[in-house]
Amino acid sequence: MIADALKAGVVLLLAAVIQVSIMSSIDVVGAAPNLLLVTLLSVALLRGPIFGAACGFYAGLLLDTADLATLGFTSLLLTVGAYWIGRYGETTGRDRFHAPYVSVGVVTVLYAIGALALHFTLGDQASARVVLVDGLLPSVVFNLLLTAPVYVLVRRLLRPLDRGDRSTEVSLLG
Amino acid sequence: MGVLVLLSLTLITIYFRESASGSLHGVQSTGATVLRPFEIGAERIARPFRDVYGYFAGLVHAKSENAKLRTEVDALRQQSIQNSTARQENEALRRQLRYVDGPRFPADYTPINARVMGRPPSEFEQQIVISTGTANGVVAHAPVVTSDGLVGQVSLAYGRVAQVTLITDANSAVAATDLRSGASGVLRHGQGVGSLILDFVPKESVVKPGDIIVTAGSPSGSKLPSLYPRGIQIGRVSSVNQNDTELYKQVQVEPFVAFGSLDAVAVLESSRTSPGLP
Repeated sequence: MIADALKAGVVLLLAAVIQVSIMSSIDVVGAAPNLLLVTLLSVALLRGPIFGAACGFYAGLLLDTADLATLGFTSLLLTVGAYWIGRYGETTGRDRFHAPYVSVGVVTVLYAIGALALHFTLGDQASARVVLVDGLLPSVVFNLLLTAPVYVLVRRLLRPLDRGDRSTEVSLLG
Repeated sequence: MGVLVLLSLTLITIYFRESASGSLHGVQSTGATVLRPFEIGAERIARPFRDVYGYFAGLVHAKSENAKLRTEVDALRQQSIQNSTARQENEALRRQLRYVDGPRFPADYTPINARVMGRPPSEFEQQIVISTGTANGVVAHAPVVTSDGLVGQVSLAYGRVAQVTLITDANSAVAATDLRSGASGVLRHGQGVGSLILDFVPKESVVKPGDIIVTAGSPSGSKLPSLYPRGIQIGRVSSVNQNDTELYKQVQVEPFVAFGSLDAVAVLESSRTSPGLP
């Protein structure tokens, strides 16, 4: 567990640095790929909800620190997203080929909606049209393109757990 | 998970409510300083690839842009000669009148050059992170420019990093004026990402496509001085519309600065203070 935590920590740190320095400068059709989100979801799928939520909190803090943004903002969104995908990975998404793609597609959309709602709550001006209409589809496409290589890489670092190691709260019959 | 969500909400609440010198901001400053070498390293690794891409992307329109720029250079050369004469006359008249003025751009400003380490993270936050801070004389609300024009203002300054809010941010507003006609307005974020509009321009003002928009500085009679000195170029008018139901013209401005590809900026440090109001 400690080795997994260290590996995940380093991978997410690298993803955050690349996201802030390189990925955010890519602007095609008003959207940029979110490497940190894809990496986090891959970790959550492989290691479950609690591990994923902790990594989400850590990754969010990294991003907020690097961008000098409101601390806790991205942590909140990534914690919830990673926890949910961790649960999905333990249940219906277990050993499914499409699980990473479904996770990334759904969470990209929900992350955008969540960020919009949170900005609205904090009193920031945010254009729903720009975020949900102009930029959402390109963001989803970019993130889906990143999913395969990132998931393969993360899977090499964090080998899928044996059935005996998985959570025993939910077990599928048949 | 509940603990982490609660912790996130607590962090947001405390960070939002405390001042820039608060403890959480201090922790963030330390974290940003730790991450700074990684960001600079990643940016250095990526720069050659970005330069190669920019080189080939620039080749696509090179020929047509070359012809257009040659025509523009000829016109500007003529204008420059006329402006030199006018500037000399202006300086002589100022000396004769013993004219007291605020800091003038660029003469009364010292640039603090900085590399851009982090670019806008999303459409909501049009902010960048630069590799210089209070240790180098950067202060909050200092104007930030490039050789192309106005970029924004420093919104947060820590020891070795600072955050710059771009003029394309939804919360940004700049007093601006048309260089040709003198029509004034407030430059704000437009509908699309990176677009700008010059708002509150009266209908009787004359603004034409192609006009240059610059910062207006502090208007006379205003109790609050502008953050930006007069005369920093911002962009060019791309379209002007007006209709009977609106109170003001709708002026779209295309910025000179390419906000999507900022590599380096200059934070302006004033060497003169503005004259105080009586």
